[in-house]
Amino acid sequence: MKKVLGIVAAFGIALSASTAYAAMDKVKACFIYVGSIGDFGWSYQHDQGRLAVEEALGDKVETAYLESVPEGADAERAIERFARSGCNIIFTTSFGYMDATNKVAGKFPDVKFEHATGYKREHPNVSTYNSRFHEGRYVQGQIAAKMSSSGVAGYIASFPIPEVVMGINAFTLGAQSVNPDFKLKVVWANTWFDPGKEADAAKALIDQGADIITQHTDSTAPMQVAAERGVKAFGQASDMINFGKETQLTAIIDDWGPYYVERVKAVLEGTWEQVDVWAGMKEGHVVMAPYTNMPDDVKAMAEETQAKITSGEFDPYTGPVKKQDGSDWLAEGEVADAGVLLGMNFYVAGVDDQLPQ
Amino acid sequence: MGMLEAILLTVFTAATPLLIAAMGELVAERSGVLNLGVEGMMIMGAIAGFAFAQMSGNPYIGALGGMAVGALFSLLFAFLALTLVTNQVATGLALTILGLGLSGLWGEAFVGIPGVKLQPVVIPLLSDIPLIGRLFFAQDALFYVSIALVFAVSWFLFKTKAGLTLRSVGDNHHSAHALGINVMRVRYLAVMFGGACAGLAGSHLSLVYTTQWIENMSAGRGWIALALVVFASWRPWRILFGAYLFGAITIMQLHIQALNLGDVEFLPGPIYGILSLLKSIPAQFLSSLPYLATIVVLVLISRNRRLTLINTPAMLGQGFVPDR
Amino acid sequence: MRIEVSRRQMPSRLFAYLSPVIALALTILLGAIVFMALGKDPVQALYSYFIEPLTETWSLHELLIKATPLILIAVGLSVCYLSNNWNIGAEGQFLMGAVAGSAIPVLLPEFQNYLVLPLMLILAMAGGAAYAAIPAFLKSRFNTNEILTSLMLVYVAQLFVDWLVRGPWRNPQGFSFPGTITFNDFALLPEMFPASGRANIGILFALVAAVLVWLMIRRTLKGFEVRVLGQNPRAGRFAGFSSAKMTFFAFLLSGALAGLAGIIEVAGAVQHLNEKLSVGYGFAAIIVVFLGRLNPLGAVVAGLVLALTYLGGEAAQISLQISDKSARVFQGMLLFLVLACDTLINYRIRFIAGQPSASAEGN
Repeated sequence: MKKVLGIVAAFGIALSASTAYAAMDKVKACFIYVGSIGDFGWSYQHDQGRLAVEEALGDKVETAYLESVPEGADAERAIERFARSGCNIIFTTSFGYMDATNKVAGKFPDVKFEHATGYKREHPNVSTYNSRFHEGRYVQGQIAAKMSSSGVAGYIASFPIPEVVMGINAFTLGAQSVNPDFKLKVVWANTWFDPGKEADAAKALIDQGADIITQHTDSTAPMQVAAERGVKAFGQASDMINFGKETQLTAIIDDWGPYYVERVKAVLEGTWEQVDVWAGMKEGHVVMAPYTNMPDDVKAMAEETQAKITSGEFDPYTGPVKKQDGSDWLAEGEVADAGVLLGMNFYVAGVDDQLPQ
Repeated sequence: MGMLEAILLTVFTAATPLLIAAMGELVAERSGVLNLGVEGMMIMGAIAGFAFAQMSGNPYIGALGGMAVGALFSLLFAFLALTLVTNQVATGLALTILGLGLSGLWGEAFVGIPGVKLQPVVIPLLSDIPLIGRLFFAQDALFYVSIALVFAVSWFLFKTKAGLTLRSVGDNHHSAHALGINVMRVRYLAVMFGGACAGLAGSHLSLVYTTQWIENMSAGRGWIALALVVFASWRPWRILFGAYLFGAITIMQLHIQALNLGDVEFLPGPIYGILSLLKSIPAQFLSSLPYLATIVVLVLISRNRRLTLINTPAMLGQGFVPDR
Repeated sequence: MRIEVSRRQMPSRLFAYLSPVIALALTILLGAIVFMALGKDPVQALYSYFIEPLTETWSLHELLIKATPLILIAVGLSVCYLSNNWNIGAEGQFLMGAVAGSAIPVLLPEFQNYLVLPLMLILAMAGGAAYAAIPAFLKSRFNTNEILTSLMLVYVAQLFVDWLVRGPWRNPQGFSFPGTITFNDFALLPEMFPASGRANIGILFALVAAVLVWLMIRRTLKGFEVRVLGQNPRAGRFAGFSSAKMTFFAFLLSGALAGLAGIIEVAGAVQHLNEKLSVGYGFAAIIVVFLGRLNPLGAVVAGLVLALTYLGGEAAQISLQISDKSARVFQGMLLFLVLACDTLINYRIRFIAGQPSASAEGN
């Protein structure tokens, strides 16, 4: 728990000196998921975070959730229902809930709102949080470059939003730090979740020469395809080792538990403040599954990089970095600005794809 | 494994569940019943297939279970739409809603568990033939079933008396009834056959395509199967063609994305030109091609009165109540 | 035992009133059994399903928001189905209406005055009607099955919207996330009672449409034409009515209403166009049409009931901690029972023990 408590100090910018709230005996924490908790991906991990809250705070907390809430007109109703049903803190866990979250927050100033992956905080009772998943992607890129014999990795991407582009670039930078000629092929599945299509995309990438598969979609299907075809792969969102015991190199695990526990506890103790959190390995939000199926030297390299990122000694987006069109982006030693990353809409050099515009 | 072979294998896997489900729906529609619940029956088959395979450890029992559950589930539709003469469109939609809910509930215990894969059945000698050997003779059992279904359904519909009976019920249930045919029994059996096929197609998803249970994993494939039946103007062999065309377009899109034009500059000009054109078209337009093609085919066949009369079950979607 | 169904000479007035009561009773009974099987208190479950959403003002607002598109689409579809035109592509017409209506605030964001909203509504109706005209044209000109063409066009519309909001219409300030800019205030539907909830005037359009279409069907020659051509096309033709014209009339009307529903959803509750707009209202409305027994006024009641089950499902998820799957199962069950019980209106059902009757013999 200790490292977790550092989040707000380290990355969170307390955006307003909100008034002190009184401590409470019991908190009701509520969660809205975009998918089903049975997706074993994004929503599943958020629900694991909810369970972590229940476990950590015991009878001081009561939780509730709504799953498969569409991001259209229904979102606002779902959030408002929670706000009215006595929830003290509401986590809205998908980008599409951004406007609805802020709208309801304006009506319920006493309820705390936490919106994942968004950027709008129109009221003092709205916080936003996200994770620096690209830190894990950089480590994966390094491993991929070491483990690949063809020098080509395949990346199954969902939608060309900054978050995804950031991951693709970080992976590429990591790979190039080991093998400057490393190539990355990208397939846009245009879905977060369609096991069949993700499997097909993995097959297409393997057929075109990729011998390492990584994904920014939610299902475990690509891992299974990689296992069948005898190539290696990285898990996404949750530890997918069960789906590829001899295939998974590591996985980026979204561990929302520490953040959720901290925030609910803050409500309980009356110390909740608005924050904009973008935390990574250092705070335990981005966790790497055990490094498996690789030689010891690769494992040692991965662990070393992870340690450097965790300690803050190294940032994956450190120059020199060129953009895909050959122009200079980051000078030697320069670290990318968070604002640029959060709006990222270009590739770095070495990505073998055209970014859909 | 050559690249062409690998790509074709992927297409085959993508096409198989569509083919099986569409073949079942074809029989139901030929008997005059429009069951829009394919998606619901398919997802029930997917969870049933997975669950039975998990419990028995045997994927074949899983596939049979998927089939049985699909057939049972379709009985619900049959009872309402046939016996109680409810509107078939509305009943089919309700079946899909129910199926998506029930499968999710049943599947809660199976989330995040790797499944039991239906392994390929390699046919000796034949599978050694270059290219086609691997494609046609080293596949999973459901692939063989899907191809056999095309032969069997085609033979049944057009070469047997029972098939003639079924088609006559679909063409005009009143005269079929007058001839002493038990319209209800024919339709019940046809709907259940459709359900069994949809269930089997669903179990292909959870036992072959992606060996796991995930909620909503059918992701609209039941609707595509419905479209295929029409695309094929109710002819079994055209469904085979349609399913593979659909599969090929889906897979081709992904390959074109992964393709680097720089790597294929050696190809002849026209082919290179087509590839670069395809690479510049937004994915959504490529995806909509099969649906537009279906409409065009529909128009072509319905313009020709004779063809329409031969192929379209005239009673499609209409309830039957014997006059007395 | 077997069940025998025979057509009544006249629809039963008794069962017209009794059938929904029976369906409700059966739903409550079966629902109670299901909830008990899940280990939940059935009384509390049914309360949160059917009563809780009605106990608070804000929730009533939400009910109206949810019911508006269902009612609007269903009213149009009821004319289609009464006249034997099987338009099941309302979802596509809904989307195309939303696209056409959104064109003004998205493409002309500077154009801001009181003309904007009326223009949007008109454009949306035109867009929905134009999209519905495709299957109507194909049916009347080439005799092409409209169930299938209208269904195919749904997928095309979904992909088209997806492309628009990720491509040319994407909000340039939206960090590459799909979706258009948020509409300006002139392009938003005003809320009716902003103090108590966010229900907008869209519901008024739905009610007016329902009443007008009901009057049309019951009181005008056009309505007579609809019913005659639907029940007996041959007789209709002898009376000088044109099936082809009726097909166009029914499709254009239902397309326009679906398009209107689309823009009301966008300019009301969502306030910008995005790819998540299609959540199946066009398909759910088909069920509403049948729950409402092809009657536009019935569609109002049925639309409210179906909307209630969505809201009730949420309430039950929270209060009982059941998953949304059980809520959906319950909804499916309700629909089945209502459909089944409505059989009683037009048919006589007899339970017969033993031998099949003469009519079912043979083969």
